[in-house]
Amino acid sequence: MGLIAVGIAAVKAFAVLMLVLNMSAVLLWVERKGSALIQDRIGANRANVFGVMPLNLGLLNTLVADPIKLLTKEDMVPAGADKLLHFLAPFLAVFPVLVTFAAIPFGDELVIGGQAINLQVAALDIGILYVLAMSSLAIYGVVLGGWASNSRWALLGGIRGAAQMISYEIAMGLALIGAVMAFGTLDMQAIARAQGHHFFGVIPAWGVIYQPLAFLIFLIAGIAETKRVPFDLPEGESELVSGYFTEYSGMKQAAFMLSDFAESVVVAGLAATLFFGAWQVPFLFRDGFHFPGGVIVALPHLAVVVLQIVSFTLKVFALCVFQILVRWTLPRYRYDQVMDLGWKYLLPLALANMLVTGIVIVSIG
Amino acid sequence: MTMGAALFLLVAVATVAAALGVVLHPNPVKSAIFLVVTLFLLAIVFVLLEAHMIAALQVIVYAGAIMVLFLFVIMLLNLQDDDPERGRHRYVLRGLAWLGGVVLAVELALLLRGATMGGGEVPADYGSAEAVARSLYTDFLLPFELTSILLLVAVVGAVLLAQKQRRSSLP
Repeated sequence: MGLIAVGIAAVKAFAVLMLVLNMSAVLLWVERKGSALIQDRIGANRANVFGVMPLNLGLLNTLVADPIKLLTKEDMVPAGADKLLHFLAPFLAVFPVLVTFAAIPFGDELVIGGQAINLQVAALDIGILYVLAMSSLAIYGVVLGGWASNSRWALLGGIRGAAQMISYEIAMGLALIGAVMAFGTLDMQAIARAQGHHFFGVIPAWGVIYQPLAFLIFLIAGIAETKRVPFDLPEGESELVSGYFTEYSGMKQAAFMLSDFAESVVVAGLAATLFFGAWQVPFLFRDGFHFPGGVIVALPHLAVVVLQIVSFTLKVFALCVFQILVRWTLPRYRYDQVMDLGWKYLLPLALANMLVTGIVIVSIG
Repeated sequence: MTMGAALFLLVAVATVAAALGVVLHPNPVKSAIFLVVTLFLLAIVFVLLEAHMIAALQVIVYAGAIMVLFLFVIMLLNLQDDDPERGRHRYVLRGLAWLGGVVLAVELALLLRGATMGGGEVPADYGSAEAVARSLYTDFLLPFELTSILLLVAVVGAVLLAQKQRRSSLP
């Protein structure tokens, strides 16, 4: 691999990392202000700069003041905690979430000076399996954070988290299999390209049209995987203080929060890629717009690529905002309801979806 | 030494070290974590062998699902540091462990005797999802279906045991 290829790979990896992290930070702001809007409050609107006076910095309150506050707070380790695992758990929670996005394509090919750059960090044949593998490792941060803290609240939260995440992982995986069967590949860039045509020349052939049930199951299971309301039993403020990260403070506590938000972004990214056409823009092809009725607007290559990236980012953001709306609309489920929903409804539905998809594919030929 | 060989050596040594950690660490939670690390490193060995599909399945099934259940049970039972030398059946257990180790060593020796090292031609689609699925559903169909029946029996058995316990605990 030449030096240029390494440089391109590094730039892509950095860009995707920044996309996830910045999206998480903006979501935190949307969450605070959005929840205030929903509950008819004003919300966080001032930051105390150098202890002088409360200033309203707007978006900067959450983007700058909060991280500085969290970074400068004391880092506490409870007595009797397992020091090494207590230290490692936040890293184990964040790392798998951040690397998951590597398999998700954020655009088609960018051609610069005759060289085609695939706008995807890791072009994997088994992209979806890689995503499932990494997201299955995210459980360890929760479980070990809960266990290593030497606290009853944290242990209960960790055990709840393990049971919940492993239950919904099955429904999520089976829902994805339905989509994989429809597209006939595990490669996410190939799935994105397969959604480029239109039914009857007007309806974009997005995955949600092939697999509406799979999308519904995936979204519910995905929200359960992020451990946010209405599935926030591992945290459950009113029952378990804050569950598996009760005994964390400062930036480590923030790392757990960040991993929850980053998981929302990953779930939105996956849903956008598999069910909402990834980076596809309706009627946009490689050389510009081809509207039904024969109207053609030619666009330069660079403009097409930029439109694709903007389209993907907007889709991910919209799905994230939808998750926040759900989070501030529904109350928390009871524990047995969470388990019932996962095992008795989503799992059989996902299996039935697979069966029907298989029958349809075989009968079409 | 090529880069691939160096990588393999590094991962192999780490895998064996982690496996030793599973056996030697007195704390059951730490032992389970060492097992997770071992399984993850094995997945990397699979990647080095170009078996990407198997590597992903290894992480999804073993490192990401089965080991979580192990940890779950260990945490639920709240097992503490355990000294096997004080157990009631220590001699029986020790004998069984030796027996298992000897059987494994003999199997490994038999396998290595018939094996050739390196030089093999690797097919283009080696380790891809299609290749694994094709061999699973043609050459190994019977063992594959038998395994699925075995797992089904285990699931039914687990449900039956849980039901029995719940019924007997009712007044």
